[in-house]
Amino acid sequence: MGRSVTTQRKAFNTLFAWGIGLLIFFPILWTILTSFKTEATAIADPPVIFFFDWTVENYVVVQERSNYLRFLWNSVIIAGGSTVLGIIIAVPAAWSMAFVPSRRTKDILLWMLSTKMLPAVGVLYPIYLIFIKLGILDTRIGLVVVMMFINLPIIVWMLYTYFREIPGEILEAARMDGASLRAEIIHVLTPMAIPGIASTVLLNFILAWNEAFWTLNLTAAKAAPLTAFIASYSSPEGLFYAKLSAASVMAIAPILVMGWFSQKQLVRGLTFGAVK
Amino acid sequence: MGRITLDQVSKSFGEVEVIPPLDLTIDDGEFVVFVGPSGCGKSTLLRLIAGLEDVSSGEIRIDREPATHLPPSKRGLAMVFQSYALYPHMSVRKNIAFPMKMAGVPEDEQARKIADAATALNLTDYLDRRPGQLSGGQRQRVAIGRAIVREPAAFLFDEPLSNLDAALRVGMRLEISELHKRLATTMIYVTHDQVEAMTMADKIVVLRDGLIEQVGSPLDLYRAPRNLFVAGFIGSPRMNFVTGAGDRMGGAPTIGVRPEHIMASKESGPWKGTVGVSEHLGSDTFLHVHDTGLAETLTVRVGGEFDARHGDTVFLTPDDEKIHRFDADGSRIA
Amino acid sequence: MATQHSRSAARIMMAPAVILLLGWMLIPLTMTVVFSFKKYLPMRGGDLGWVGFENYARFVTSSSFWPAVATTLIVVGGVLLITVILGVLLALLLDQPMWGQGIVRLLVISPFFVMPTVSALVWKNMFMDPVNGIFAHLWKFFGAQPIEWLSNASVTSIVMIVSWQWLPFATLILLTAIQSLDSEQLEAAEMDGAKAVSRFGYIILPHLARAITIVVLIQTIFLLSIFAEIFVTTQGSFGTRTLTYLIYQRVLESQNVGLGSAGGVYAIILANIVALFLMRIVGKNLDT
Repeated sequence: MGRSVTTQRKAFNTLFAWGIGLLIFFPILWTILTSFKTEATAIADPPVIFFFDWTVENYVVVQERSNYLRFLWNSVIIAGGSTVLGIIIAVPAAWSMAFVPSRRTKDILLWMLSTKMLPAVGVLYPIYLIFIKLGILDTRIGLVVVMMFINLPIIVWMLYTYFREIPGEILEAARMDGASLRAEIIHVLTPMAIPGIASTVLLNFILAWNEAFWTLNLTAAKAAPLTAFIASYSSPEGLFYAKLSAASVMAIAPILVMGWFSQKQLVRGLTFGAVK
Repeated sequence: MGRITLDQVSKSFGEVEVIPPLDLTIDDGEFVVFVGPSGCGKSTLLRLIAGLEDVSSGEIRIDREPATHLPPSKRGLAMVFQSYALYPHMSVRKNIAFPMKMAGVPEDEQARKIADAATALNLTDYLDRRPGQLSGGQRQRVAIGRAIVREPAAFLFDEPLSNLDAALRVGMRLEISELHKRLATTMIYVTHDQVEAMTMADKIVVLRDGLIEQVGSPLDLYRAPRNLFVAGFIGSPRMNFVTGAGDRMGGAPTIGVRPEHIMASKESGPWKGTVGVSEHLGSDTFLHVHDTGLAETLTVRVGGEFDARHGDTVFLTPDDEKIHRFDADGSRIA
Repeated sequence: MATQHSRSAARIMMAPAVILLLGWMLIPLTMTVVFSFKKYLPMRGGDLGWVGFENYARFVTSSSFWPAVATTLIVVGGVLLITVILGVLLALLLDQPMWGQGIVRLLVISPFFVMPTVSALVWKNMFMDPVNGIFAHLWKFFGAQPIEWLSNASVTSIVMIVSWQWLPFATLILLTAIQSLDSEQLEAAEMDGAKAVSRFGYIILPHLARAITIVVLIQTIFLLSIFAEIFVTTQGSFGTRTLTYLIYQRVLESQNVGLGSAGGVYAIILANIVALFLMRIVGKNLDT
């Protein structure tokens, strides 16, 4: 806040904040540590924190026993595919709403938002039934489509808020400079919109990766992504702490890192531009 | 080359008519300034000419060719925006090249024109920078450079100096005027600043609420404002409007006298008042005189050496030759 | 700011998104409403005809309905209370000058990126397990009898897990809101002699009011439909059956689609009431 603070005060803040921060982060840290222990050390009483024989055996076993890579691949396809599809549909829509607003633009945006509010469980059976009829139950393409639909409103909204920050005068300047609509989009709009599109992609990839209602209910063996893979560990025979931890770390690590990069956009994306 | 004619052009946004039908002719090579308070429709009018807005009715012709339904890119005009509207992801060079690239101008010709424009606008050292790394004045020059290379039928300026600080504004004003002399291309310039209008224009169009109040050369407007609005708008400081000044009224309900057409003296004069604030500019002093019984405040321009303090009594003598008379509707009485 | 030409292009570009979302919303919604008026048991005879409002009546009179409402309210209310209060405090803390602020921020927001099934599983086994969990070790260290969290304090456990997941969201949004506060306002208040507590009460909190409302509304919508956390931990037993979970069980476990659909319609109405408030705020923001 641009105000001078004593070093003592700052040191106290630092200590206190780091303490709280580590406390909140502890479950993740503990999971990471446990994933490198042997099963025996993992349940040692009293618990061992740092000083144990580190091993990567759990990671190897998880991959061998449960074919982790296949679930990972499903997650990548579902999250990536739905995001790409969503972006392709949303970019033109967001463009027209941001730069050629009509009296109905606001209503359309709010209506799109309202579809996001629809409780999934309310339409679970119809979707289930449609999936069976179309033969896409437990397929990746089915989940790509569902994820695309549930995130489309957020994608449109995020892009819309980013596009709206591009000054309309610049697009008008392009028009005055003799650019056709196509040239305007290719040479002026797209390069300026890329940062916004990138953060939209990132956030939606994260949301789709972590989604755990449709992925649990619409997949079985073939198309199950990591959310379902982890859920399968809740059955008794899977109860090995170190392996459970290794599997968990593999499921969350890539997304955690992406999340750290997208934290600023997160606020905008999840509050539909109401908090920036 | 750049004759622009508006014939009964009007613009409505929904139910609201922002510009009632108007006629206007801009001759080739003219420097025309649209001036008026904010919301008077001057920018809308410019955007109608640019093609960035559709006209609701009427006809626009550029060089006698109908242009009413041409998209902006086909009208052969160039525009300099208030925010400069430079492409932030392109270097200065690419910004200036963009309109030529769109027109399919050969590379070597592009390079030559960029070099010419950069020299003329003092931008040669900055060609590889991004707009974000330039000062306001430099950005302004890039925007102008981008307009020049198009070799347009006319330049459109939308309040181009309002984002610059006062000193730069004066400098850029001169540069744009010089550019006009050099290129002799039609320029249409929108501003709310009457000083810009007076100093730059061949022809001023004063607008209020979408209506043209008066069209004329700067001195026409200064010497013979057609109504109270124009009289008050053109000239700085503002014209004094006086009521109840006896014989001097010549039967008119309101008369106007400019501050520079009133003489002040410590000894005698027909009007008497008390000095409120005196603003010393060095060369001139502006006295704000109260308690004259003629107007709330009378502003008077006196020489820089005139000594008057707060509370002093002064006597004022208007130059009867230069009194403007207005009737009850505010129109000038010839 | 547009011409006729660009307006018709805009309409065409908007069409795919609008048409697809319209289909995505209307088709399943219509089906749910239709099912809700039918006796529909896929495993036991399928579509057994129209029954009027019977499913609606049965859903609210069944013995599981009111407990599910109570659980839903406790979970949503509890999580909201915890995340908003702790979120405000954490946001205030993170806004203070300190070393390594960026890293602390990353630590605090991390739980949000952990997929719900992982956090549920980690908490269930590694923290709340009555024998090997961290909590059991802690309790034993202080000489207390370890708690069987997920069976004896089941709803509390769910609230804890979900709060941990959503605290980062609340903190991050409130922190963003605090940082948008004009520091000159605070300095003016300080010049006017306001102490830290009154600066918080009179300036910071009112400034946060809008952000808090948004946090409450958005979280409510998401919390009403939490699923994986319950699915992985208790499967709805020990009193952790929320409305969402109850509907899920009716539809997929007992395969009573008519009854579940009636519940679904209730859930949709409930969510829409909350959404209406949220949209008002978001809509107002669009005008500026």
